[in-house]
Amino acid sequence: MNNRPITEDDLHAYVDDVLEPERRAEVGSYLADHPDVAKRVAGLADQRELLRAALAPIADEPLPPELNLSRMIEGRRRRSHPAWWTIAAMLLLSVGGFGGWVARGSLGMSPSGLAALAQEATYSYNVYAPDRTRPVEVRASDTAQLVQWISGRLNRPVNVPDLANSGYRLMGGRLVATQHGPAAMFMYDDDHGSRVVVLTRPMSNADQNAPMTAHADGGATGFAWADNGIGYSVVGEAPAESLRPVANEVRRQARAI
Amino acid sequence: MKDMLAQVEPLIPALRRYARALMRNRANADDLVQDCLERAVSRWHQRRDGNVRSWLFAILHNLATDRFRQASSRGRHVSIEEAGEGEFQGGAVQEHRLMYLDVLDKLAKLPEEQRAVLLLVAVEDLSYADAAKVLNIPIGTVMSRLSRARERLQQELDGVAGAQGNVVILRRQT
Repeated sequence: MNNRPITEDDLHAYVDDVLEPERRAEVGSYLADHPDVAKRVAGLADQRELLRAALAPIADEPLPPELNLSRMIEGRRRRSHPAWWTIAAMLLLSVGGFGGWVARGSLGMSPSGLAALAQEATYSYNVYAPDRTRPVEVRASDTAQLVQWISGRLNRPVNVPDLANSGYRLMGGRLVATQHGPAAMFMYDDDHGSRVVVLTRPMSNADQNAPMTAHADGGATGFAWADNGIGYSVVGEAPAESLRPVANEVRRQARAI
Repeated sequence: MKDMLAQVEPLIPALRRYARALMRNRANADDLVQDCLERAVSRWHQRRDGNVRSWLFAILHNLATDRFRQASSRGRHVSIEEAGEGEFQGGAVQEHRLMYLDVLDKLAKLPEEQRAVLLLVAVEDLSYADAAKVLNIPIGTVMSRLSRARERLQQELDGVAGAQGNVVILRRQT
């Protein structure tokens, strides 16, 4: 006979018909030898059928109009301007023809370069990410408006990175003030509510191109880099090793344009 | 989003069935399914697991749990309307209709956590592993809740629990 003892789990798996054929046969012969257990199992099998039969009519009902899925998808598409989501996009600040920013950076004694950008991003994160009332000025639902506003202030066409594949949803964004002029800040959150901030602005003279560098300040960690005169920093409270792929994704999208 | 429509739409009847059996009220259940679908539409791209079915049931179950919690913290009961009424006018003959109403009544008496496991496994055909994922509990807990749910429902159906329970209470009172 069988070596493995029959368990309560086996009996339920028998009722639900999810046993491997061999084990099913073993349980079957056990039940043949134990009429009292067999009676109980037969009762549970009847119960299962009764429950299914009692609930089956619900699944046969015609769906009410409010559960029309294609209408929901259509409604969302109209609300969220998917063009902005599907253009795999980063702040596209078209290079060339806009020399004004570069000239301006040389005026003051203020810190410049990647370190300044990293600091600004950290400040923005520290101020806005803990804000429960109004972390962003313009919400993701008004992405088109956000892009128009920020593009106007930065004097360049701007797009928003899509971090859905990294598990982060866009919450929205705002313009922030830095010593080097306006910068765009976008905020995202994941399913656990942890937030990350992407800050970007044109670089002043220093560090027009700079490789990705990690930075940390208090609880916040981040990565900053610059490509073709545009600086980026991604800041969050997630550990550096889980933040780095997010920064890589932002950089990849920016370079893909 | 086309693949979403193709994958999710066929599952809506099962979601409604589960929601109805949990909530026992058509309007509340459909409301719950609507919330679930809205959430599924907005998070479709964040879905990591390949199994759409258990992903949807997990969303639905979490929403239901929130509702139950809200309802109990407000100090009122979730409405237990006659779930079966009006649902079996179709093919079911009178005798079956009464049996069905009876089993649904008795199902409603189970603790919510046991009811959820029994419905997911016995009615919605989720594997034990998928049910564990949906409910966010270990598979061993799924098995023990399933066992308790079935035993208890069986006692109710046999009329044993009620009778014995009453006897014990009567003896204690006298």
